Amino acid sequence: MPAMLDNGTTNVSPAGAVPAATATGAAPEAFLSFDGVGQVFQTRRGPFEALRDINLQVQQGEFLCVIGHSGCGKSTLLNMVSGFLTPSSGRVSLRGAPIERPGPDRMVVFQNYSLLPWKTVQQNVELAVKAARPELSPGARAQVVEHHLEMVHLLDARHQKPAQISGGMRQRVAIARALAVNPAVLVLDEPFGALDAITKEELQEELLAIWQEQRPTVLMITHDIDEALFLADRIVMMTNGPSATIGEILEVPFDRPRSYETIQQDPRYGQLRNHALDFLFRRYAHDDD
Amino acid sequence: MTTALATPRSQRRPRAAWLRSPLVNQLKAPVVCIGLTLLLWQLLCLGNTEGFPGPIQVISQTWDPYISKPFYDDGGTSKGIGLQILISLQRVAIGYTLAAVVGIAAGMAIGLNAFLRRGFDPLIQVLRTVPPLAWLPISLLLLQQADSAAIFVIFITAVWPIVINTAVGIREIPQDYTNVARVLRLGKRSYVRDILLPATAPYMFTGLRISVGLAWLAIVAAEMLKADGGIGFFIWDAYNAGGDSSTSQIILAILVVGLVGLALDRLVGLVGDRVAAGGR
Repeated sequence: MPAMLDNGTTNVSPAGAVPAATATGAAPEAFLSFDGVGQVFQTRRGPFEALRDINLQVQQGEFLCVIGHSGCGKSTLLNMVSGFLTPSSGRVSLRGAPIERPGPDRMVVFQNYSLLPWKTVQQNVELAVKAARPELSPGARAQVVEHHLEMVHLLDARHQKPAQISGGMRQRVAIARALAVNPAVLVLDEPFGALDAITKEELQEELLAIWQEQRPTVLMITHDIDEALFLADRIVMMTNGPSATIGEILEVPFDRPRSYETIQQDPRYGQLRNHALDFLFRRYAHDDD
Repeated sequence: MTTALATPRSQRRPRAAWLRSPLVNQLKAPVVCIGLTLLLWQLLCLGNTEGFPGPIQVISQTWDPYISKPFYDDGGTSKGIGLQILISLQRVAIGYTLAAVVGIAAGMAIGLNAFLRRGFDPLIQVLRTVPPLAWLPISLLLLQQADSAAIFVIFITAVWPIVINTAVGIREIPQDYTNVARVLRLGKRSYVRDILLPATAPYMFTGLRISVGLAWLAIVAAEMLKADGGIGFFIWDAYNAGGDSSTSQIILAILVVGLVGLALDRLVGLVGDRVAAGGR
Protein backbone atom coordinates (compact mmCIF):
# COMPACT_ATOMS: atom_id res chain seq x y z
CA MET A 1 0.00 0.00 0.00
CA PRO A 2 1.39 3.41 -0.90
CA ALA A 3 2.06 5.81 1.93
CA MET A 4 -0.61 8.44 1.76
CA LEU A 5 -0.21 12.04 2.67
CA ASP A 6 -2.64 13.97 4.77
CA ASN A 7 -5.75 14.76 2.78
CA GLY A 8 -4.66 12.29 0.21
CA THR A 9 -7.92 12.66 -1.58
CA THR A 10 -8.34 14.04 -5.06
CA ASN A 11 -10.73 16.67 -3.84
CA VAL A 12 -9.43 19.32 -1.55
CA SER A 13 -11.62 21.75 0.23
CA PRO A 14 -12.04 25.22 -1.13
CA ALA A 15 -12.11 26.51 2.44
CA GLY A 16 -8.52 25.39 2.59
CA ALA A 17 -8.03 25.32 6.32
CA VAL A 18 -6.29 22.27 7.79
CA PRO A 19 -8.34 20.51 10.47
CA ALA A 20 -6.84 20.12 13.91
CA ALA A 21 -7.03 16.33 13.89
CA THR A 22 -4.87 15.93 10.81
CA ALA A 23 -2.39 18.70 11.47
CA THR A 24 -0.16 16.48 13.53
CA GLY A 25 3.23 16.91 11.94
CA ALA A 26 4.68 14.05 9.91
CA ALA A 27 2.11 12.32 7.74
CA PRO A 28 1.24 8.93 9.23
CA GLU A 29 -0.02 6.11 7.05
CA ALA A 30 -3.77 6.37 6.72
CA PHE A 31 -5.67 4.58 9.44
CA LEU A 32 -8.74 3.80 7.41
CA SER A 33 -8.43 3.93 3.66
CA PHE A 34 -10.61 3.46 0.62
CA ASP A 35 -8.60 2.71 -2.50
CA GLY A 36 -10.46 2.73 -5.79
CA VAL A 37 -13.55 1.31 -4.15
CA GLY A 38 -16.61 0.51 -6.21
CA GLN A 39 -19.79 -1.37 -5.40
CA VAL A 40 -21.96 -3.06 -7.99
CA PHE A 41 -25.11 -4.88 -6.93
CA GLN A 42 -26.51 -7.68 -9.06
CA THR A 43 -30.21 -7.04 -9.44
CA ARG A 44 -32.89 -8.68 -11.52
CA ARG A 45 -32.62 -5.87 -14.04
CA GLY A 46 -28.90 -6.37 -14.37
CA PRO A 47 -25.94 -4.89 -12.54
CA PHE A 48 -26.48 -1.69 -10.57
CA GLU A 49 -23.43 0.44 -9.83
CA ALA A 50 -24.02 2.13 -6.49
CA LEU A 51 -20.54 3.55 -5.91
CA ARG A 52 -17.46 4.07 -8.05
CA ASP A 53 -13.94 5.43 -7.64
CA ILE A 54 -14.03 6.06 -3.93
CA ASN A 55 -10.61 7.19 -2.74
CA LEU A 56 -10.46 8.43 0.81
CA GLN A 57 -7.92 8.38 3.60
CA VAL A 58 -9.12 8.82 7.13
CA GLN A 59 -6.72 9.55 9.99
CA GLN A 60 -6.97 7.93 13.37
CA GLY A 61 -9.25 9.87 15.67
CA GLU A 62 -10.78 11.87 12.87
CA PHE A 63 -14.50 12.72 12.87
CA LEU A 64 -15.93 12.40 9.39
CA CYS A 65 -19.46 13.16 8.28
CA VAL A 66 -20.84 11.82 5.01
CA ILE A 67 -23.56 13.90 3.46
CA GLY A 68 -25.58 13.50 0.28
CA HIS A 69 -29.03 12.90 -1.09
CA SER A 70 -30.82 9.62 -0.54
CA GLY A 71 -29.67 6.99 -2.98
CA CYS A 72 -26.14 8.39 -3.11
CA GLY A 73 -24.63 5.27 -1.62
CA LYS A 74 -23.82 6.68 1.82
CA SER A 75 -25.06 3.58 3.59
CA THR A 76 -23.25 1.36 1.10
CA LEU A 77 -20.05 3.22 1.93
CA LEU A 78 -20.55 2.71 5.66
CA ASN A 79 -21.54 -0.93 5.25
CA MET A 80 -18.17 -1.57 3.66
CA VAL A 81 -16.46 -0.12 6.73
CA SER A 82 -18.59 -2.11 9.15
CA GLY A 83 -18.00 -5.19 7.02
CA PHE A 84 -21.60 -6.02 6.13
CA LEU A 85 -20.60 -5.50 2.48
CA THR A 86 -17.34 -6.19 0.70
CA PRO A 87 -16.48 -3.89 -2.19
CA SER A 88 -16.87 -5.24 -5.74
CA SER A 89 -13.66 -3.49 -6.72
CA GLY A 90 -10.83 -1.78 -4.87
CA ARG A 91 -10.37 -2.25 -1.18
CA VAL A 92 -11.26 -0.81 2.19
CA SER A 93 -8.62 -1.35 4.81
CA LEU A 94 -8.14 -0.58 8.46
CA ARG A 95 -4.55 -0.29 9.70
CA GLY A 96 -3.45 -1.75 6.36
CA ALA A 97 -5.55 -4.91 6.60
CA PRO A 98 -8.57 -5.31 4.31
CA ILE A 99 -11.97 -5.30 6.02
CA GLU A 100 -13.71 -8.59 5.39
CA ARG A 101 -16.46 -9.01 7.96
CA PRO A 102 -18.20 -7.18 10.79
CA GLY A 103 -16.41 -6.89 14.10
CA PRO A 104 -16.55 -4.89 17.32
CA ASP A 105 -13.46 -2.86 16.36
CA ARG A 106 -15.83 -1.14 13.90
CA MET A 107 -18.89 -0.78 16.08
CA VAL A 108 -22.11 0.44 14.50
CA VAL A 109 -24.86 2.67 15.84
CA PHE A 110 -27.76 1.55 13.70
CA GLN A 111 -30.39 3.90 12.33
CA ASN A 112 -33.20 2.14 14.18
CA TYR A 113 -31.25 1.63 17.42
CA SER A 114 -31.35 -2.19 17.20
CA LEU A 115 -31.58 -2.69 20.93
CA LEU A 116 -32.68 -6.10 22.16
CA PRO A 117 -36.20 -5.51 23.53
CA TRP A 118 -36.02 -8.38 26.03
CA LYS A 119 -32.99 -6.92 27.77
CA THR A 120 -32.83 -3.89 29.99
CA VAL A 121 -30.77 -0.83 29.09
CA GLN A 122 -27.93 -2.07 31.24
CA GLN A 123 -28.11 -5.63 29.93
CA ASN A 124 -27.97 -4.37 26.35
CA VAL A 125 -24.71 -2.55 27.05
CA GLU A 126 -23.41 -5.43 29.14
CA LEU A 127 -23.94 -7.98 26.40
CA ALA A 128 -21.87 -5.90 24.00
CA VAL A 129 -19.03 -5.36 26.46
CA LYS A 130 -19.02 -9.02 27.43
CA ALA A 131 -18.87 -10.16 23.80
CA ALA A 132 -16.35 -7.62 22.55
CA ARG A 133 -14.06 -7.32 25.56
CA PRO A 134 -13.96 -10.81 27.10
CA GLU A 135 -10.68 -9.98 28.82
CA LEU A 136 -12.42 -7.68 31.31
CA SER A 137 -13.16 -9.05 34.77
CA PRO A 138 -16.81 -8.89 35.84
CA GLY A 139 -15.95 -5.95 38.09
CA ALA A 140 -14.17 -4.02 35.37
CA ARG A 141 -16.99 -4.80 32.97
CA ALA A 142 -19.58 -3.44 35.37
CA GLN A 143 -17.49 -0.27 35.68
CA VAL A 144 -17.27 0.20 31.92
CA VAL A 145 -21.02 -0.27 31.59
CA GLU A 146 -21.76 2.14 34.39
CA HIS A 147 -19.35 4.76 33.09
CA HIS A 148 -20.89 4.76 29.62
CA LEU A 149 -24.44 4.84 30.91
CA GLU A 150 -23.39 7.82 32.99
CA MET A 151 -21.88 9.58 29.98
CA VAL A 152 -25.23 9.49 28.22
CA HIS A 153 -27.17 10.28 31.42
CA LEU A 154 -28.99 6.97 31.57
CA LEU A 155 -28.07 5.66 35.01
CA ASP A 156 -31.62 6.24 36.24
CA ALA A 157 -33.13 4.24 33.37
CA ARG A 158 -30.64 1.39 33.53
CA HIS A 159 -33.18 -1.22 34.62
CA GLN A 160 -35.83 -0.27 32.09
CA LYS A 161 -36.56 -2.08 28.86
CA PRO A 162 -36.18 -0.27 25.52
CA ALA A 163 -39.96 -0.22 25.03
CA GLN A 164 -40.33 1.82 28.23
CA ILE A 165 -38.05 4.68 27.22
CA SER A 166 -38.20 7.44 24.60
CA GLY A 167 -36.58 7.41 21.17
CA GLY A 168 -33.87 9.79 22.31
CA MET A 169 -33.06 7.57 25.26
CA ARG A 170 -32.93 4.51 23.04
CA GLN A 171 -30.44 6.21 20.78
CA ARG A 172 -28.39 7.09 23.88
CA VAL A 173 -28.34 3.43 24.84
CA ALA A 174 -27.19 2.54 21.33
CA ILE A 175 -24.40 5.11 21.55
CA ALA A 176 -23.38 3.95 25.02
CA ARG A 177 -23.38 0.35 23.82
CA ALA A 178 -21.23 1.21 20.82
CA LEU A 179 -18.68 3.21 22.74
CA ALA A 180 -18.49 0.84 25.70
CA VAL A 181 -17.00 -1.67 23.28
CA ASN A 182 -14.13 0.80 22.79
CA PRO A 183 -14.07 0.54 19.01
CA ALA A 184 -11.29 1.81 16.75
CA VAL A 185 -13.92 3.08 14.34
CA LEU A 186 -17.42 4.17 15.24
CA VAL A 187 -19.94 3.95 12.42
CA LEU A 188 -23.17 5.91 12.77
CA ASP A 189 -25.91 5.66 10.16
CA GLU A 190 -27.97 8.82 10.49
CA PRO A 191 -28.30 8.36 14.23
CA PHE A 192 -30.29 11.47 15.05
CA GLY A 193 -32.59 11.57 12.02
CA ALA A 194 -35.72 10.57 13.91
CA LEU A 195 -35.23 12.86 16.91
CA ASP A 196 -36.63 16.29 17.72
CA ALA A 197 -34.33 19.29 17.50
CA ILE A 198 -33.64 19.66 21.22
CA THR A 199 -32.94 16.00 21.87
CA LYS A 200 -30.80 15.97 18.76
CA GLU A 201 -28.61 18.80 20.02
CA GLU A 202 -28.23 17.18 23.44
CA LEU A 203 -27.17 13.92 21.86
CA GLN A 204 -24.72 15.63 19.53
CA GLU A 205 -23.06 17.24 22.54
CA GLU A 206 -22.95 13.95 24.43
CA LEU A 207 -21.49 12.19 21.42
CA LEU A 208 -18.78 14.83 21.07
CA ALA A 209 -17.96 14.59 24.78
CA ILE A 210 -17.46 10.82 24.61
CA TRP A 211 -15.58 11.08 21.33
CA GLN A 212 -13.23 13.60 22.88
CA GLU A 213 -12.57 11.22 25.76
CA GLN A 214 -11.93 8.06 23.74
CA ARG A 215 -11.03 9.49 20.34
CA PRO A 216 -12.33 6.72 18.09
CA THR A 217 -12.36 7.44 14.38
CA VAL A 218 -15.95 8.35 13.52
CA LEU A 219 -17.80 7.90 10.27
CA MET A 220 -21.28 9.32 10.45
CA ILE A 221 -24.03 9.69 7.86
CA THR A 222 -26.23 12.72 8.18
CA HIS A 223 -28.66 14.81 6.17
CA ASP A 224 -28.13 17.83 8.32
CA ILE A 225 -25.45 20.33 7.26
CA ASP A 226 -25.46 22.15 10.60
CA GLU A 227 -24.99 18.87 12.40
CA ALA A 228 -22.07 17.99 10.15
CA LEU A 229 -20.46 21.41 10.65
CA PHE A 230 -20.83 21.09 14.41
CA LEU A 231 -19.42 17.58 14.68
CA ALA A 232 -17.02 16.86 11.87
CA ASP A 233 -13.38 17.50 11.05
CA ARG A 234 -14.18 16.88 7.41
CA ILE A 235 -17.43 16.56 5.52
CA VAL A 236 -17.53 14.12 2.63
CA MET A 237 -20.12 15.26 0.10
CA MET A 238 -21.39 12.61 -2.28
CA THR A 239 -22.62 13.09 -5.83
CA ASN A 240 -25.99 11.61 -6.75
CA GLY A 241 -26.43 7.94 -7.45
CA PRO A 242 -26.35 5.66 -9.32
CA SER A 243 -22.60 5.47 -9.75
CA ALA A 244 -22.15 7.96 -6.94
CA THR A 245 -18.72 9.03 -5.82
CA ILE A 246 -17.12 11.61 -3.58
CA GLY A 247 -17.91 15.01 -5.06
CA GLU A 248 -16.01 17.17 -2.67
CA ILE A 249 -14.51 17.14 0.79
CA LEU A 250 -15.07 20.09 3.05
CA GLU A 251 -12.59 20.86 5.84
CA VAL A 252 -14.23 22.15 8.99
CA PRO A 253 -11.67 24.39 10.71
CA PHE A 254 -13.39 25.25 13.99
CA ASP A 255 -11.48 24.74 17.23
CA ARG A 256 -12.62 22.15 19.71
CA PRO A 257 -14.39 21.93 22.06
CA ARG A 258 -17.11 23.48 19.96
CA SER A 259 -20.46 24.92 20.81
CA TYR A 260 -23.20 25.92 18.41
CA GLU A 261 -23.05 29.55 19.59
CA THR A 262 -19.33 30.04 18.99
CA ILE A 263 -19.12 28.31 15.63
CA GLN A 264 -22.19 30.06 14.33
CA GLN A 265 -20.60 33.43 15.13
CA ASP A 266 -17.54 32.48 13.12
CA PRO A 267 -17.73 34.14 9.65
CA ARG A 268 -16.42 30.95 8.06
CA TYR A 269 -19.52 29.10 9.27
CA GLY A 270 -21.78 30.88 6.81
CA GLN A 271 -19.31 30.40 3.98
CA LEU A 272 -18.95 26.68 4.59
CA ARG A 273 -22.66 26.26 5.03
CA ASN A 274 -23.43 28.07 1.80
CA HIS A 275 -20.80 26.11 0.00
CA ALA A 276 -22.32 22.82 1.17
CA LEU A 277 -25.85 23.98 0.35
CA ASP A 278 -24.70 25.06 -3.07
CA PHE A 279 -23.17 21.65 -3.65
CA LEU A 280 -26.23 19.74 -2.52
CA PHE A 281 -29.04 21.87 -3.88
CA ARG A 282 -27.61 23.46 -7.02
CA ARG A 283 -24.74 21.46 -8.39
CA TYR A 284 -26.10 18.08 -7.28
CA ALA A 285 -29.74 18.91 -6.79
CA HIS A 286 -31.82 15.81 -6.42
CA ASP A 287 -34.28 15.09 -9.22
CA ASP A 288 -37.27 14.90 -6.95
CA ASP A 289 -36.36 17.82 -4.70
CA MET B 1 -75.97 4.01 21.69
CA THR B 2 -74.35 7.01 23.33
CA THR B 3 -75.95 9.36 20.83
CA ALA B 4 -79.37 8.37 22.10
CA LEU B 5 -78.57 9.55 25.62
CA ALA B 6 -79.44 13.18 25.11
CA THR B 7 -80.26 13.75 28.75
CA PRO B 8 -77.24 14.55 30.87
CA ARG B 9 -76.07 11.86 33.24
CA SER B 10 -77.08 13.79 36.39
CA GLN B 11 -80.71 14.14 35.34
CA ARG B 12 -81.27 10.46 34.74
CA ARG B 13 -82.87 8.28 37.33
CA PRO B 14 -80.23 7.39 39.95
CA ARG B 15 -79.24 3.72 39.94
CA ALA B 16 -78.01 1.51 42.71
CA ALA B 17 -74.25 1.89 43.04
CA TRP B 18 -73.50 -1.83 42.67
CA LEU B 19 -75.02 -1.83 39.21
CA ARG B 20 -72.31 0.52 38.04
CA SER B 21 -69.35 -1.33 39.54
CA PRO B 22 -66.87 -2.49 36.89
CA LEU B 23 -67.32 -6.17 37.71
CA VAL B 24 -71.08 -6.03 37.26
CA ASN B 25 -70.57 -4.00 34.11
CA GLN B 26 -68.35 -6.67 32.66
CA LEU B 27 -70.60 -9.57 33.65
CA LYS B 28 -73.83 -7.96 32.54
CA ALA B 29 -73.68 -8.93 28.87
CA PRO B 30 -72.59 -12.59 29.24
CA VAL B 31 -75.04 -13.24 32.08
CA VAL B 32 -77.96 -11.82 30.11
CA CYS B 33 -77.08 -13.56 26.85
CA ILE B 34 -76.28 -16.95 28.33
CA GLY B 35 -79.37 -16.71 30.55
CA LEU B 36 -81.53 -16.08 27.51
CA THR B 37 -79.96 -19.01 25.66
CA LEU B 38 -80.65 -21.34 28.57
CA LEU B 39 -84.20 -20.04 28.83
CA LEU B 40 -84.80 -20.65 25.11
CA TRP B 41 -83.33 -24.16 25.43
CA GLN B 42 -85.59 -24.88 28.41
CA LEU B 43 -88.66 -23.58 26.57
CA LEU B 44 -87.91 -25.67 23.48
CA CYS B 45 -87.67 -28.80 25.64
CA LEU B 46 -90.85 -28.14 27.65
CA GLY B 47 -93.16 -30.14 25.38
CA ASN B 48 -91.40 -33.48 25.19
CA THR B 49 -90.95 -35.34 28.43
CA GLU B 50 -88.89 -38.33 27.30
CA GLY B 51 -86.75 -36.76 24.61
CA PHE B 52 -84.04 -34.14 24.82
CA PRO B 53 -83.52 -32.70 28.33
CA GLY B 54 -83.60 -28.99 29.09
CA PRO B 55 -80.95 -27.38 31.27
CA ILE B 56 -82.87 -28.02 34.47
CA GLN B 57 -83.22 -31.74 33.73
CA VAL B 58 -79.54 -31.94 32.81
CA ILE B 59 -78.60 -30.73 36.25
CA SER B 60 -81.22 -32.68 38.16
CA GLN B 61 -80.45 -35.93 36.33
CA THR B 62 -76.71 -35.68 36.74
CA TRP B 63 -76.53 -34.14 40.17
CA ASP B 64 -76.02 -37.45 41.89
CA PRO B 65 -73.37 -38.76 41.42
CA TYR B 66 -71.78 -36.85 38.51
CA ILE B 67 -71.87 -33.28 39.78
CA SER B 68 -71.95 -33.84 43.53
CA LYS B 69 -69.22 -36.54 43.55
CA PRO B 70 -66.85 -35.85 40.65
CA PHE B 71 -64.16 -38.10 42.08
CA TYR B 72 -66.11 -41.24 42.97
CA ASP B 73 -64.54 -44.51 41.92
CA ASP B 74 -66.60 -47.70 41.78
CA GLY B 75 -63.77 -49.66 40.30
CA GLY B 76 -63.26 -50.57 36.68
CA THR B 77 -64.37 -47.87 34.28
CA SER B 78 -67.11 -46.52 36.51
CA LYS B 79 -65.54 -43.31 37.68
CA GLY B 80 -66.61 -39.72 38.34
CA ILE B 81 -66.18 -37.02 35.70
CA GLY B 82 -63.32 -35.44 37.61
CA LEU B 83 -61.32 -38.67 37.53
CA GLN B 84 -62.11 -39.22 33.86
CA ILE B 85 -60.85 -35.73 33.08
CA LEU B 86 -57.66 -36.42 35.04
CA ILE B 87 -57.08 -39.58 32.98
CA SER B 88 -57.49 -37.59 29.78
CA LEU B 89 -55.30 -34.77 31.05
CA GLN B 90 -52.58 -37.24 31.91
CA ARG B 91 -52.55 -38.57 28.35
CA VAL B 92 -52.54 -35.04 26.97
CA ALA B 93 -49.68 -34.08 29.28
CA ILE B 94 -47.47 -36.89 27.99
CA GLY B 95 -48.34 -36.50 24.31
CA TYR B 96 -48.18 -32.71 24.40
CA THR B 97 -44.86 -32.60 26.24
CA LEU B 98 -43.39 -34.96 23.65
CA ALA B 99 -44.82 -32.79 20.88
CA ALA B 100 -43.36 -29.65 22.46
CA VAL B 101 -39.87 -31.11 22.85
CA VAL B 102 -39.76 -32.73 19.40
CA GLY B 103 -41.58 -29.82 17.75
CA ILE B 104 -39.27 -27.12 19.08
CA ALA B 105 -36.16 -29.13 18.23
CA ALA B 106 -37.38 -29.95 14.73
CA GLY B 107 -38.62 -26.39 14.19
CA MET B 108 -35.21 -25.02 15.11
CA ALA B 109 -33.42 -27.40 12.79
CA ILE B 110 -35.78 -26.52 9.96
CA GLY B 111 -35.64 -22.81 10.70
CA LEU B 112 -31.85 -22.70 10.78
CA ASN B 113 -31.15 -24.92 7.80
CA ALA B 114 -32.46 -23.98 4.36
CA PHE B 115 -31.87 -27.47 2.97
CA LEU B 116 -33.93 -29.13 5.69
CA ARG B 117 -36.57 -26.45 5.35
CA ARG B 118 -37.00 -26.93 1.62
CA GLY B 119 -36.81 -30.69 2.00
CA PHE B 120 -39.34 -31.15 4.75
CA ASP B 121 -41.76 -28.34 4.03
CA PRO B 122 -43.95 -30.29 1.56
CA LEU B 123 -44.15 -33.24 3.95
CA ILE B 124 -45.10 -30.99 6.87
CA GLN B 125 -47.71 -29.18 4.81
CA VAL B 126 -49.37 -32.47 3.88
CA LEU B 127 -49.17 -34.20 7.25
CA ARG B 128 -50.39 -31.24 9.28
CA THR B 129 -53.76 -31.30 7.51
CA VAL B 130 -54.43 -34.97 8.39
CA PRO B 131 -57.33 -35.12 10.88
CA PRO B 132 -56.35 -36.55 14.30
CA LEU B 133 -58.47 -39.68 14.06
CA ALA B 134 -56.94 -40.71 10.75
CA TRP B 135 -53.78 -41.43 12.72
CA LEU B 136 -55.51 -43.78 15.16
CA PRO B 137 -55.49 -47.04 13.15
CA ILE B 138 -51.82 -46.63 12.29
CA SER B 139 -50.87 -45.83 15.84
CA LEU B 140 -52.84 -48.85 17.10
CA LEU B 141 -51.05 -51.07 14.60
CA LEU B 142 -47.75 -49.54 15.59
CA LEU B 143 -48.12 -49.49 19.35
CA GLN B 144 -50.66 -52.28 19.93
CA GLN B 145 -51.95 -50.63 23.08
CA ALA B 146 -54.92 -48.27 23.34
CA ASP B 147 -53.29 -45.97 25.84
CA SER B 148 -50.02 -45.42 23.95
CA ALA B 149 -51.97 -45.14 20.71
CA ALA B 150 -54.04 -42.29 22.14
CA ILE B 151 -50.87 -40.56 23.32
CA PHE B 152 -49.32 -40.97 19.89
CA VAL B 153 -52.39 -39.42 18.27
CA ILE B 154 -52.05 -36.42 20.55
CA PHE B 155 -48.38 -36.13 19.75
CA ILE B 156 -48.78 -36.33 16.00
CA THR B 157 -51.68 -33.85 16.04
CA ALA B 158 -50.01 -31.32 18.29
CA VAL B 159 -46.50 -31.39 16.86
CA TRP B 160 -47.09 -29.57 13.52
CA PRO B 161 -48.08 -26.11 14.71
CA ILE B 162 -45.09 -26.14 17.07
CA VAL B 163 -42.67 -27.15 14.31
CA ILE B 164 -44.07 -24.62 11.85
CA ASN B 165 -44.25 -21.68 14.25
CA THR B 166 -40.80 -22.29 15.71
CA ALA B 167 -39.32 -22.45 12.22
CA VAL B 168 -41.12 -19.27 11.18
CA GLY B 169 -39.97 -17.56 14.37
CA ILE B 170 -36.36 -18.35 13.58
CA ARG B 171 -36.69 -17.16 10.01
CA GLU B 172 -38.35 -13.96 11.19
CA ILE B 173 -35.63 -12.93 13.63
CA PRO B 174 -35.28 -9.26 12.70
CA GLN B 175 -32.19 -8.42 10.66
CA ASP B 176 -31.40 -5.74 13.26
CA TYR B 177 -30.73 -8.32 15.94
CA THR B 178 -28.72 -10.51 13.61
CA ASN B 179 -26.64 -7.48 12.65
CA VAL B 180 -25.94 -6.73 16.30
CA ALA B 181 -24.83 -10.34 16.75
CA ARG B 182 -22.57 -10.10 13.72
CA VAL B 183 -20.93 -6.83 14.74
CA LEU B 184 -20.32 -8.12 18.25
CA ARG B 185 -19.28 -11.52 16.90
CA LEU B 186 -21.42 -13.21 19.52
CA GLY B 187 -20.45 -16.80 20.21
CA LYS B 188 -22.87 -19.60 19.30
CA ARG B 189 -24.07 -20.08 22.87
CA SER B 190 -24.56 -16.39 23.48
CA TYR B 191 -26.36 -16.03 20.16
CA VAL B 192 -28.81 -18.80 21.03
CA ARG B 193 -29.36 -17.60 24.59
CA ASP B 194 -29.39 -13.83 24.07
CA ILE B 195 -30.94 -13.48 20.64
CA LEU B 196 -32.36 -16.62 19.03
CA LEU B 197 -34.43 -17.95 21.93
CA PRO B 198 -35.92 -14.65 23.13
CA ALA B 199 -36.70 -13.56 19.56
CA THR B 200 -38.35 -16.88 18.74
CA ALA B 201 -40.20 -17.44 22.02
CA PRO B 202 -43.38 -15.54 21.06
CA TYR B 203 -43.70 -17.65 17.90
CA MET B 204 -43.05 -20.85 19.82
CA PHE B 205 -45.81 -20.01 22.25
CA THR B 206 -48.21 -19.23 19.43
CA GLY B 207 -47.55 -22.76 18.19
CA LEU B 208 -47.81 -24.24 21.66
CA ARG B 209 -51.14 -22.52 22.20
CA ILE B 210 -52.63 -23.77 18.95
CA SER B 211 -51.31 -27.23 19.76
CA VAL B 212 -52.81 -27.51 23.20
CA GLY B 213 -56.24 -26.94 21.68
CA LEU B 214 -55.61 -29.56 19.01
CA ALA B 215 -54.30 -32.02 21.59
CA TRP B 216 -57.45 -31.68 23.66
CA LEU B 217 -59.56 -32.09 20.56
CA ALA B 218 -57.66 -35.23 19.61
CA ILE B 219 -57.80 -36.92 22.99
CA VAL B 220 -61.56 -36.75 23.32
CA ALA B 221 -61.99 -38.19 19.84
CA ALA B 222 -59.38 -40.91 20.36
CA GLU B 223 -60.87 -41.97 23.67
CA MET B 224 -64.31 -42.28 22.15
CA LEU B 225 -63.03 -44.86 19.70
CA LYS B 226 -60.64 -46.88 21.75
CA ALA B 227 -59.84 -46.41 25.40
CA ASP B 228 -60.62 -47.51 28.90
CA GLY B 229 -61.40 -44.40 30.84
CA GLY B 230 -61.01 -40.77 30.01
CA ILE B 231 -63.62 -38.14 29.29
CA GLY B 232 -64.07 -39.24 25.69
CA PHE B 233 -64.71 -42.77 26.90
CA PHE B 234 -67.20 -41.39 29.42
CA ILE B 235 -69.22 -39.71 26.68
CA TRP B 236 -69.26 -42.79 24.46
CA ASP B 237 -70.04 -45.03 27.42
CA ALA B 238 -73.00 -42.85 28.40
CA TYR B 239 -74.29 -42.98 24.84
CA ASN B 240 -73.99 -46.77 24.71
CA ALA B 241 -75.66 -47.23 28.10
CA GLY B 242 -78.74 -45.45 26.74
CA GLY B 243 -80.28 -44.93 30.19
CA ASP B 244 -82.73 -42.23 31.24
CA SER B 245 -80.04 -39.77 32.09
CA SER B 246 -77.61 -40.61 29.25
CA THR B 247 -78.25 -37.46 27.27
CA SER B 248 -77.84 -35.34 30.36
CA GLN B 249 -74.54 -37.04 31.16
CA ILE B 250 -73.29 -36.38 27.63
CA ILE B 251 -74.30 -32.72 27.79
CA LEU B 252 -72.60 -32.31 31.16
CA ALA B 253 -69.43 -33.97 29.84
CA ILE B 254 -69.39 -31.73 26.76
CA LEU B 255 -69.61 -28.68 28.99
CA VAL B 256 -66.73 -29.94 31.12
CA VAL B 257 -64.62 -30.74 28.03
CA GLY B 258 -65.16 -27.20 26.81
CA LEU B 259 -64.24 -25.63 30.13
CA VAL B 260 -61.08 -27.70 30.51
CA GLY B 261 -60.06 -26.91 26.92
CA LEU B 262 -60.52 -23.21 27.61
CA ALA B 263 -58.50 -23.51 30.82
CA LEU B 264 -55.64 -25.24 28.96
CA ASP B 265 -55.62 -22.57 26.27
CA ARG B 266 -55.54 -19.76 28.83
CA LEU B 267 -52.85 -21.51 30.86
CA VAL B 268 -50.48 -21.81 27.89
CA GLY B 269 -51.32 -18.24 26.89
CA LEU B 270 -50.49 -17.02 30.40
CA VAL B 271 -47.19 -18.88 30.53
CA GLY B 272 -46.36 -17.54 27.06
CA ASP B 273 -47.04 -13.95 28.12
CA ARG B 274 -44.78 -14.39 31.13
CA VAL B 275 -41.92 -16.15 29.38
CA ALA B 276 -41.97 -14.28 26.08
CA ALA B 277 -42.88 -10.87 27.49
CA GLY B 278 -40.00 -8.92 25.96
CA GLY B 279 -40.02 -10.69 22.63
CA ARG B 280 -42.43 -8.46 20.84
